[in-house]
Amino acid sequence: MANALATATAATSASMAVRLNQVARTYRAGTIEVPALKNVSLEIPFHRFSMVIGQSGSGKTTLLNLIGCIDAPSGGTVEVCGQNLAELNDDATSDFRARNIGFIFQNFSLVPVLSAYENVEYPLLLIGTPPAERRERTLAMLQAVGLAEQARQRPNELSGGQKQRVAIARALVKGPQIVLADEPTANLDSATGASIIELMRRVQAQSRTTFIFATHDQQLISHADELFSIRDGKVVEHRTEAGR
Amino acid sequence: MKLLLKIALRNILRNRRRSLMTGSAVAAGALATLLFGGFAFYIFAGLETNNVQRIGHLTVFRAGYFLFGAGNPAGYGIERYHDVMTLIGNDPVLQPMINVITPTQSLLGIAGNFSGDNDASKTFIGVGLIPSNRQRMRRWDELRTGSIPPADSRLSDQDETRGLIGFGLARILGLCRALALQNCPSVPEPLASADIPSPVLNEDLGELARRDAGGTDHSAGAPHIELLAATVGGAPNVVSLTVSGAEPQAVKELDDNYIAMPLPLAQQLVYGRGEHKVTGIEIQLHRSEDLRAARARLNTLIRDNHLDLDVRDFAELTPFYGQAVRLFSVIFLFIALVMGVIVLFAVVNTMTMNVMERTNEIGTIRAMGVRRSGIRWQFIAEGWLIGAIGASVGAALAFMIAALVNRAGLTWVPPGNANPVPLHLAVTGSPALVIAVWIGLVLVATVAALLPANSAARLSVVDALRHV
Repeated sequence: MANALATATAATSASMAVRLNQVARTYRAGTIEVPALKNVSLEIPFHRFSMVIGQSGSGKTTLLNLIGCIDAPSGGTVEVCGQNLAELNDDATSDFRARNIGFIFQNFSLVPVLSAYENVEYPLLLIGTPPAERRERTLAMLQAVGLAEQARQRPNELSGGQKQRVAIARALVKGPQIVLADEPTANLDSATGASIIELMRRVQAQSRTTFIFATHDQQLISHADELFSIRDGKVVEHRTEAGR
Repeated sequence: MKLLLKIALRNILRNRRRSLMTGSAVAAGALATLLFGGFAFYIFAGLETNNVQRIGHLTVFRAGYFLFGAGNPAGYGIERYHDVMTLIGNDPVLQPMINVITPTQSLLGIAGNFSGDNDASKTFIGVGLIPSNRQRMRRWDELRTGSIPPADSRLSDQDETRGLIGFGLARILGLCRALALQNCPSVPEPLASADIPSPVLNEDLGELARRDAGGTDHSAGAPHIELLAATVGGAPNVVSLTVSGAEPQAVKELDDNYIAMPLPLAQQLVYGRGEHKVTGIEIQLHRSEDLRAARARLNTLIRDNHLDLDVRDFAELTPFYGQAVRLFSVIFLFIALVMGVIVLFAVVNTMTMNVMERTNEIGTIRAMGVRRSGIRWQFIAEGWLIGAIGASVGAALAFMIAALVNRAGLTWVPPGNANPVPLHLAVTGSPALVIAVWIGLVLVATVAALLPANSAARLSVVDALRHV
């Protein structure tokens, strides 16, 4: 599989989904400074299934948090969909996330008091989608992830795989530019995890949404169009699969 | 907004026990505040009704009477009072407002009972009135307190010699047995000689009264007393009063001194053969809400006609009314304040726990694009909803308990009353109270949610997502 991926130079296209320039992120634990990312520069193209791979504590989640503009860098600049995130205030950043970014979390993070349908519909309410369109898109998305029958069920009535399918539907329903998936299969058994990966690959291929997928599982790299290996807060390798 | 309330309601139901406890605190606050508020409103209505039945809404006096007239009522008589009453009664502005307009005469003097073995006398505070007008005034019950005294035939326009005295005065004058009064002890014997009026004076008073009444001797009929007072000119005057009954008064000092008699008899005592005047013209309105307008119009009439008169309302004439209203208002505010503080802490505690438990959820929906203000409104909505549900349940319980109490037929003697009246909790009849308590408690619950809501809104998204 490694042969299927060819080492590539950084893309230089102007239409990059993500562009990081010398980005650093340091956390403080009391008086101790812990560098999570060290001067990372990378570019992630649109419409690709990109994968960030690295061991636990390597900085994958920090990288996704910065791209998802739920965290701010200690240094450097982060551009997402051509927008320098440092130029946005808090409300504008929230609005940017609402329109352009979908999240899929390791622990599913569904709103427990809402049904599967309502969880998927929620992002559309945030961007003011009209009711009829909202209903149509929500049902279509639940259909796409195979959960039309479970639309009325609450998260506590769903299995882990079903919850993650709802999370995928929720992330995609608004038609975001980028979907960030942070270890989405880590809490699932291998068979369910594989089906989730297949599902994500399928909907990505259909929707041409940019997926950025963080994982520590080496077995998943065969699914990647773009692969970023990260270790100790640095991107140590970037490969693009030839022909994809 | 719909989604906000939907999520708020479901989150409240998610922690049923905690929400139930907090909602119960709000409901208990609403219940206690409304029941006491209803009781206080009933007290206010009872006091007002009692006063308006007794002295009307407004009384017209000679200027200066209010401040100095108690020492010499006769000196502050209103001349040509029939003309003044006609002026007021025929005024096109006042006429539709007025229920009863009636003259009264206040007087001071000495009452004595010298019939049979009795030889007792006592200073008295008297009032001369028109019995039929008194009856009409006692039927006023605009505020529906149900405290209308039964028709009283003991005073009559036709018999100007009959009067009522205070229960205490009847006891002091030794009239308990003659009036067949219960719980009324006889005068103990022997009295200290210093307290016994001079027998010579007593005989003189009796003789004077008999002469004044055309030589009629009452000793063989209904009990009667002699009333001695100084006329306007300073000369002593005596009349005889047939005591047709005793009426307990709310205050002991008044009960021991009170005499009510027909106006002509009072005028005869005070003015003799001179011009008969009155010390006051009482005006009872149909509705208390007209009081301010009626008073303003009266002042205009007095000014335009250059009359040396003054107008006072019942609250000025009975300071106890204002004192009781203030006392109950302060107690009500105190109870409302205590309940508000309890609700405040209960809601703050519940919402703080909710924020802690839902930290990860807050991180998730912030990541989805919900603004900080959205998170803040979410928790404020939950506080508001707990307050609204709790206050509504409390109000419903207050209505039910009030209905049960009101139908139980309980009676009590409220302050300022001498006789028992039905116990009533005026909760349903006070929509302003219900609305104010409901809004107040919901506002407290909403404000209480602000602090935890702000904490939730300030959470860092990354930290919230990491929270386990």
